[in-house]
Amino acid sequence: MTGTPTLAVENLETHFFMKAGVAKAVDGVSFTVDKGEIMGLVGESGSGKTVTGFSIIGLVDPPGEIVGGKVLFKGEDIVGAPEERMQKLRGDRIAMIFQDPMMTLNPVLRIDTQMIETVLAHEDVDKETARQRSRDVLAQVGIPAAEERMKAYPHQFSGGMRQRVAIAIALLNKPDLIIADEPTTALDVTIQGQILYEAQKLCRETGTALIWITHDLAVVAGVADKISVMYAGRVVEQGGINEVLDHPVHPYTIGLLGSVPGHNTRGQKLYQIQGMAPSLLSLPKGCAFQSRCQFADGECDQTQETSEPVPGRVVRCCHPQVEAAE
Amino acid sequence: MSVFIIRRLMQSILVVWIMSLIVFVGVNIVGDPVDMLINPEADQAEIERFIRDLGLDRPLHEQYWYFVLNALKGDLGNSFIFNQPALKLIIQRIPATFELAIVALLMAVVIGIPLGVYAGLKPDTRTSKTIMATSILGFSLPTFWVGLMMIMVFAVMLGWLPSFGRGETELLFGIEFSFLTMDGLAHLLLPALNLSLFKMSLVIRLARAGTREVVHQDYIKFARAKGLSQNRIIFVHLMKNIMIPVVTVLGLEFGGLIAFSVVTETVFSWPGMGKLIIDALHNLDRPVVVAYLMIIVLIFVVINLVVDVLYSILDPRVRLQDLKG
Amino acid sequence: MNETASETVTIDPVAIDPIVREAETPFRRFLSDYFESRVAVGSLFVLGVIIFIALFAPIISPTNPYDLASVSILDSKLPPGSQSLSGVNYLLGTDGAGRGLLSSIFYGLRISLGVGVMSAMIALCIGTAVGLVAAYYGGRTDTIIMRVVDIQLSFPAILVALVLLAVLGKGIDKIIIALIIVQWAYYARTVRASALVERNKEYVDAARCLALGNPRILFRHLLPNCMPPLIVVATVQTAHAISLEATLSFLGVGLPITEPSLGLLIANGFEYMLSEKYWISFFPGVALLITIVSINLVGDQLRDVLNPRLQK
Repeated sequence: MTGTPTLAVENLETHFFMKAGVAKAVDGVSFTVDKGEIMGLVGESGSGKTVTGFSIIGLVDPPGEIVGGKVLFKGEDIVGAPEERMQKLRGDRIAMIFQDPMMTLNPVLRIDTQMIETVLAHEDVDKETARQRSRDVLAQVGIPAAEERMKAYPHQFSGGMRQRVAIAIALLNKPDLIIADEPTTALDVTIQGQILYEAQKLCRETGTALIWITHDLAVVAGVADKISVMYAGRVVEQGGINEVLDHPVHPYTIGLLGSVPGHNTRGQKLYQIQGMAPSLLSLPKGCAFQSRCQFADGECDQTQETSEPVPGRVVRCCHPQVEAAE
Repeated sequence: MSVFIIRRLMQSILVVWIMSLIVFVGVNIVGDPVDMLINPEADQAEIERFIRDLGLDRPLHEQYWYFVLNALKGDLGNSFIFNQPALKLIIQRIPATFELAIVALLMAVVIGIPLGVYAGLKPDTRTSKTIMATSILGFSLPTFWVGLMMIMVFAVMLGWLPSFGRGETELLFGIEFSFLTMDGLAHLLLPALNLSLFKMSLVIRLARAGTREVVHQDYIKFARAKGLSQNRIIFVHLMKNIMIPVVTVLGLEFGGLIAFSVVTETVFSWPGMGKLIIDALHNLDRPVVVAYLMIIVLIFVVINLVVDVLYSILDPRVRLQDLKG
Repeated sequence: MNETASETVTIDPVAIDPIVREAETPFRRFLSDYFESRVAVGSLFVLGVIIFIALFAPIISPTNPYDLASVSILDSKLPPGSQSLSGVNYLLGTDGAGRGLLSSIFYGLRISLGVGVMSAMIALCIGTAVGLVAAYYGGRTDTIIMRVVDIQLSFPAILVALVLLAVLGKGIDKIIIALIIVQWAYYARTVRASALVERNKEYVDAARCLALGNPRILFRHLLPNCMPPLIVVATVQTAHAISLEATLSFLGVGLPITEPSLGLLIANGFEYMLSEKYWISFFPGVALLITIVSINLVGDQLRDVLNPRLQK
């Protein structure tokens, strides 16, 4: 890859210190995202993908805390950076899109207020310039008659429109990195498709790096360049999107792909991964997936190191299914 | 929006009318108006003349009708004690009470909101805990006793501030106000503070609760993700959201302030409406009691109306809902 | 896309989630949550002492301030801690008529607490019944009832009380009636709000399916689930009732002189303020203050503990 990656996460650890114990929400996560690259961060609820997103942008609130690892944004480690530095980066160089568009916009402030303030917070321009820029970006995300619509309040927009506004806000200051946390989960399928397409186009054109957090493999398949699969706070498999989807190596990824409806023949029972995800408060020693894995044995009790059984593919497993993939 | 206002106006008129019924019925049926209204030393002929003059021998609904007619003309009877129109007596005293209430409200807001927001943002600091503890005291302490203690400490023992009366006043638009003179301010300070304590505690608790709720909302986190400064988040995003419940409560509580001024005015001998009604109750000056009740109901209804309108201005969701409905 | 799995594998819940280990009854959890706050426990204790004093005032009072034989004008206006000519030690001093302040406070607590609690309890019963009916039957009944409640609640308590007392006159029963009328609306509104939430829950439908009579559903099923906010409101309202009664008595429109509550004691001391005989008003006020504050603190903790939204 060319030059310093936009984002390089190294062994990130974020723990939540609660009355009942310590929940290791992010337990040694590493990945890189280059300029213009789209990475899908996939996992079930509780896998730690959202907390990873918040950790990168520095918005982990107590009782959570980043306890280890590095987050290198364009080479600069921003873990533990002073709040003023983070404030400068957020909304300007690193932007985040949240999952629920209903609650991300302040219901008592107008859309234009919420957009203009984002521009003014990072650049010394006059209000009219900021307003124009907001208008242009709104048009860019496909909101018709942006000039008048800007004066409206969030509740006057539909869910799809609101999410477009949130995306527009993320784009306002032309960030280097966008973290999108389930941005299309609350929207219906047609809009989802549109947004996916536009996201891809955008990253190609502007060189913005994008992390797309989701639980839905299908969504990510259409848009990402590479994929990191998370389970119980750890990345269990990582690689190019097509390679991973065609030849999954980690038993969990295999299970995930196997349970997508359509993979089995009609009339057969839908495949499910047996067992339940463990509580983050009491992860087992060694591999977190063992209790549900058909290939598990005694070795799995040891701490799992990452390995690269196939070039370009990083796995955390002692029984990577290299031959079984087909 | 005008539909909204008209509807509220109709409701208000209904309430005033019902109150007039209650007051009228209460005064004329539960008590014996003959005993109350007539000089006990009058002889039989005089009593009968009185009864005819006051229309007490007419059927009740006729009496009520006359009552309403007179009320609309502005005649609510004469005070027994002062022998002046009851309405005039009360209206004379309104500026004093309103001045006290408004200053108290200002104090409650100006001091209460910053304290409450602070306690909500940093709930675990010593200052916050002190603020909350003090607010419980302010909430629980009976106003009249605090007033007494204030007089004890500031007037008698320390001699800093006067303990009763209104002090010097100055005319503004033809009405006398105390805050325009230094002496007047000195007289105003203690009673206004006393009156405001209860509301201040309420405001502190409201502001704190509102802050705590709003601070955890997604849109605050999103505002942080946009890189907005702390000040902007607090003073714009947070404030506007907690102002809605605070304003609603304050608006209603302003009426409460006027009602509660009864106590403060008694303790500090502040010459307002409240003192008038207490004296009237003691002296069984029925016309004044009736007049006071009617005026106060009117004031309340107007206040509620204003608050509703203000609320719809502040919260855009309410405004638009009514346009559709 | 299926993420959660069926239980084809038996999993030991304790291994996975140690919190599940101890089965706690809701009541035990409530107690342990309540006792987390030292302030709340302290307040509860103080409240207990006050109730004890109120109940046993005639027995534990050092003197009987209403026994005219034992009260002498020569003892009047003695500062706290002084001894009378007859050798009685007045811990808190005496008032204008020579009555021992400590004893007067004990008796006063009795009356203040008695009137406050009784009116609150009766208002609670009335308000709860009305609120339940409004929530359960809905429709027109609900609208009418809530209109009345809203209108009454838009007027401050003290005003309603003044109106009622102007109409009803003086006397301990009239005060209690006035206090009840002032308070019932708060209970009605609170109960209705939680009953509305509960009514839509499934167990009510289930009870209906079993053809249980309406009153039975109301009382046996809906009511217990509306208890938590009701308890919180009850504590706060009791404090308000006591405060309101004291205020009314202070203003001279409350309890008659034969039943001196703390408010009246304070009023009696008003005239001596300027001559620096502060204790006559001060100590009854402190007693009133302690009572109200401890009730409010207990209510505060109850609210935090019983509020499902704040549960961790």
